[in-house]
Amino acid sequence: MQIFTCPFCGPRDEREFHFAAEAGKTRPDTRQQIDPETWATYLHAQRNEKGRTREVWMHLTCAELFLMERDSVTMEVYATTPLRKEPQ
Amino acid sequence: MTLRLPTGGLIDRSKPLRFTFDGKPCEGFQGDTIASALLASGTRILGRSFKYHRPRGLWGAWVDEPNAIMSVTLNGQTFPNCLATTTYLEDGMEARAVNAWPSAQFDVKGGLDLFHRWFAAGFYYKTFMWPDWHLFEPMIRRMAGLGHVSPQHLDEYTSDQTHDRCDTLVIGGGPAGLAAAEAAAKAGHDTLLVEDHAQLGGTAHQLAEIDGAPTQDWIAQRQAAIQSAGGRILVHTTAFGIYDHNLVGLAQNGPFGTAPRLIRLRAARIILATGAIDRPLTFANNDRPGIMAVEAAAEYLARYATLPGRDIALLATTPQAVTLATQLAQAGATITRVVPAQTPLSARGGKHLKALQAGDRTHPTDTILASGGLTPLVHLWRHAGGKLDWCETRHAFLPGTPPDGMTATGAANGTFDTDHALEEARAAGQNAPIKRPETTHHITPHWPTPGSPGRQWIDFQHDVTLKDVELAARENYTSVEHLKRYTTLGMASDQGKTSNMPGLAAMAAIQGRPIPEVGTTTFRPPFVPVPIETYHGAHSKQLWTPLKRLPLEPQHRAVGAALGEYGGWLRPGWYGTGDPAQQAQTEALMARQTAAIIDASPLGKIEVMGPDAEAFVNFIYYNTIATLKPGRIRYGFMLAEGGAILDDGVIARLGANRFVISCSSSHVDSVRTHLEAWRQDGNDPDRIFIHDTTQHWATLTVTGPKARQILDTLGLDTDLAHMSLRETTWNDTPLRLARVSFTGDTSFELSLRASHAPALWDALLDAGKPLNAGPIGVEALSILRAEKGFIMIGKDTDGETMPHDLGFTAPRQKKTAPFVGDRSLHTDTANAPDRKQLVGLTVPSGPPLPTGAHLVTDDSPPRSLGYVTSSYHSPTLGRPIALALVENGTDRMGDTLTAWHLGDTRQATVSPPCALDPEGDRLDA
Repeated sequence: MQIFTCPFCGPRDEREFHFAAEAGKTRPDTRQQIDPETWATYLHAQRNEKGRTREVWMHLTCAELFLMERDSVTMEVYATTPLRKEPQ
Repeated sequence: MTLRLPTGGLIDRSKPLRFTFDGKPCEGFQGDTIASALLASGTRILGRSFKYHRPRGLWGAWVDEPNAIMSVTLNGQTFPNCLATTTYLEDGMEARAVNAWPSAQFDVKGGLDLFHRWFAAGFYYKTFMWPDWHLFEPMIRRMAGLGHVSPQHLDEYTSDQTHDRCDTLVIGGGPAGLAAAEAAAKAGHDTLLVEDHAQLGGTAHQLAEIDGAPTQDWIAQRQAAIQSAGGRILVHTTAFGIYDHNLVGLAQNGPFGTAPRLIRLRAARIILATGAIDRPLTFANNDRPGIMAVEAAAEYLARYATLPGRDIALLATTPQAVTLATQLAQAGATITRVVPAQTPLSARGGKHLKALQAGDRTHPTDTILASGGLTPLVHLWRHAGGKLDWCETRHAFLPGTPPDGMTATGAANGTFDTDHALEEARAAGQNAPIKRPETTHHITPHWPTPGSPGRQWIDFQHDVTLKDVELAARENYTSVEHLKRYTTLGMASDQGKTSNMPGLAAMAAIQGRPIPEVGTTTFRPPFVPVPIETYHGAHSKQLWTPLKRLPLEPQHRAVGAALGEYGGWLRPGWYGTGDPAQQAQTEALMARQTAAIIDASPLGKIEVMGPDAEAFVNFIYYNTIATLKPGRIRYGFMLAEGGAILDDGVIARLGANRFVISCSSSHVDSVRTHLEAWRQDGNDPDRIFIHDTTQHWATLTVTGPKARQILDTLGLDTDLAHMSLRETTWNDTPLRLARVSFTGDTSFELSLRASHAPALWDALLDAGKPLNAGPIGVEALSILRAEKGFIMIGKDTDGETMPHDLGFTAPRQKKTAPFVGDRSLHTDTANAPDRKQLVGLTVPSGPPLPTGAHLVTDDSPPRSLGYVTSSYHSPTLGRPIALALVENGTDRMGDTLTAWHLGDTRQATVSPPCALDPEGDRLDA
C-alpha cells in the first residue's frame, strides 16, 4: 500500500485517494463541431505511460484535486502539487 | 521407538499433550510442533507427494518443510494446509496427512508411483487435450489440492487488522536479529523486533554458549536490553511480505484455529536477519522418508530434544554439519560421514530407508542428513526490490544493491559465522555502514548432474524431478520463468524455498551456463501461506460501509418501523409487524386515499454557491438550469462525460447565486465527488462553493389528497405552485417548504435542521391521525413512484441509459450551452435505432412479472430485447404494473411481448411508463 502526500493534508494511505485523470487532457469546446475521433480520444485514449507520469488525483477526505508526479514502475512519488492557482 | 532425549530442548516435559495422527493416538509435550512430536515418536511417513503419492518424511524443521502438510481438527473445526513443522501442538488435535487415504502410511493411491513414466512434466497439456480437456478436468481437480476447506462458516475466524509504525524494524529474532535490535534500541531508535517462532533465539539454541555466555542467559539479556531501551518484541509473528513504499505485512499468530492478526507496518528502516536454510542434494531417491536437512536435524535436537534417527549417514561438507555430527554422537547416535562427491549416489529403501549407496560402497543407515550448502532467505529483500549478487565461495545468491532503507545482516547476508554475524548486526543496528566479512564458509558445490541415473527430486512438494527439468530444456522451456510454469517447479505452497536453487542450477548445468546467468524466478509475497481472512479482516458489513442513520430513527422504531438498508441508509421499509408485502400495499393505498408521511431525509442536499454557481450547474446538468428563477425547482439529469445518466433529481434555486441539488439518496457521495472534480478542474474554484448539507437537514414529505389539510393544521401556508419552494419558519426554526412530487399526488417536502425533526414528525403524525393518514416506508413509496413511471437511477436505468431513452429529449436537441456529456449524446451509439428505452408493461391479472425477467423475441433461440426493471402490484389500479428497458420500446407501444424468467414465460403488453393518472390531475387535487 502506497503513501501519497495530499498537498493540503499531508501523507496519507492510498486508500484515501481516487485517481481522476491523466494530467494534460483538455475538454474539447463542445460549442464547436467535434469529429467523433477527437471526442473518442478525449473520452477513452489514455497514455498509460510506463515510468514517469503526471496524473490528477483526488484526496477523498478533503475532496481536493491535485497533480501527482510519480513513477508507474517503481511507484516512487516525486511530487504532489495543488491543482488550484495561488489566490490572487 | 522413541527418538526423544531424556533432557534438554525447549519443551516442557511436565505438560504432555495428546493428539492423533491419521487416527493413531500420539503424545508430545508443550512446546512441540506436530512434526517434532511425530518425529520423536518414531513416525517416519508424514505425508504423500502431490503427483506420485510417494511416502514422505520430514526434510525441514520450520517454514522450509515441503512434505508434512496436514489437515488439523481441533474443537470440531478443521483447518487445511497446516504445515506440521510450524503448527505448535495443542492437546486434542487430530492431524491427518493430505494427499493420502486412508493414511500416509497406507495410501491407496501409492500405486500411482509405478506409472511415473507417463506423468512427466507437461503431462496434462499433452495427454488430456483430446477430445476435450474439460472432460478430464473434474476428475483431475478432485485429485489435486491440499486438504478440504471446511464448508462451515466460522463466525469467530476473523482477523484483527492494525496499523503500526517504527523507526527500525528487525525481522528475525536469532543471534543477528537480537544483536541488531539491541543496538538499534540503545541508539534511541523506536525499534520493533519480530520473530516467527514462539520463542526468541533462532539458531542460537543450537549453540551451548554465545558471545561467552550460556545461550539461554544471552537471549534473556538481549531481550531485557531491547525492552528496557524502549524496543518492542513480537514473537510468533511472521513478516510475510514487503509491499509498495516499504509497507510490511506482519501476521501475528495466536492459538491454533484463530486467524492471524494483520499488522500493516511502516518502518523507516528495515534490518533483515531472516537467516538461511539448507538446500537439498540432488541424488537418486533423495525424497525418501528419513532424509533430512542438516539444519533441520540441528533444530530438532536443540529445540525439541529429538534425534533425527539412530544410524545416521551425514552427507554434507558444510561447517554446520561438522558441529552437528559431534552433538549427535554425544546424544547417542551413530554417525557415518559420507562425501557427497561420489557417484553413483542413491538412497536405498522404500517406506523405510535402508542404506545410502555412495560410489561402490553401501552404508546401511536409517537416516541421511544432507546439505548442499546454505541459501540465505532473501525473499523479503527481493519483495522490496533489492538486487542479488552471486557468491562464488558460498555458492549462493547474497543480498547485493539494497532497496531504500533496508539492510541485511547475519546468515541472511551470507555471514554464517556467529561471531562475525553479531559484529555485523550491531553495526547494522546502529545504522553504521557494514562490510560483509570474509567468510570461513567454503563449500564444494554439489549441483544436480544432468544425465545421471535414477529419479532425483528437485521439487519435493510438486514432484518435479531432474528428468522433468531436462525435458523442459529439451522442449525449449529454458528461461527459469518458463521452466517454473511448465514443470510447476517452485509453485507449490512452499513456493520453492528448497527447490528453486537446485532447479535453476540444474537448468544452468544442462545448458552449460553459469548459475547467475540463468537467474532466479520472481520472489513474490507472501513468504508463507497466509489465510485470505487475514487480508480481508473485519472489513465487511458495517465496518466496510457504515450504515447512515436517520435523525428520526428512534421515532420510527417507536411506531413499529421495520428498518432495512436502502442505498446505504437504515430506513423504514414498512411499518408494523404484518406481512411486509401486504403492509406495503396497505400503505400505498393509504397514500392515494388520504395522505402519507415519508422520512425523505436521505435525499441529497448539496448546496452550490458563488458568483459562478449558475454557469456551473448549467454545465453540470443535462437540462438548462440557467433560466431557473429563484424560488423555483426543476427536475433534471446529471450525465457522465460518456453520456450515460449519473443521477437524477430536482435542483432548487434559493437565490441568484445559491442552488440546492437534491440528488438520489444513495448517490450523495458520488455526486459530491463529481461536482468537486468539475469545480476544481476547468473552473475557478474560488468562485464556486460546494457544501454537502445532507446530514444537517431532515426532510419529511407529506403526500396525498389530504396533504394540504395536514400542513394547514401545522399553520403552514400551502399556497405554493408545483415545483417551487419557500423559505419560512415553523416553531421558530427555519424551514424550507418545497412542492415536488415523487408520487404523482400533491406533495410537500419540509426540510429543517435535523435536531428539530422530531417535533415536526410528531406534529405531522398528530395532524394526520384524524384523517387516517400516517407514515409509510420505502417499499410503499417504490410502488407509488412506479405507478407514475418515475424512475430510480441504477434500477430503471443501466450504465448505458441516456436521457432520451427515458423520453427526455428536449435539451439534447435544443440546449446550446455546453454541458457534461453533451457530445456523447450525438454519437452513432446514442443515435442507434435499437437503444433500450423505458416503457411500461401491462399484464391483465396474476402476480407481478418477476423483476429481471427478459423480454424475448420469438426466434429460436430467442433473443433478449430487454428486461423488467421494476414490478409491483398496484393496489390503486388493482393490477400488476411494471417498468422495463426494451429495445426500441417506444415504437412497440401496444405490442405483446413474451417475458421469460427461469424457464417460465408470460405475455405482457408494452404501454407508457405512467400507469396512473397520466393527465396529472392528482398533482393539484
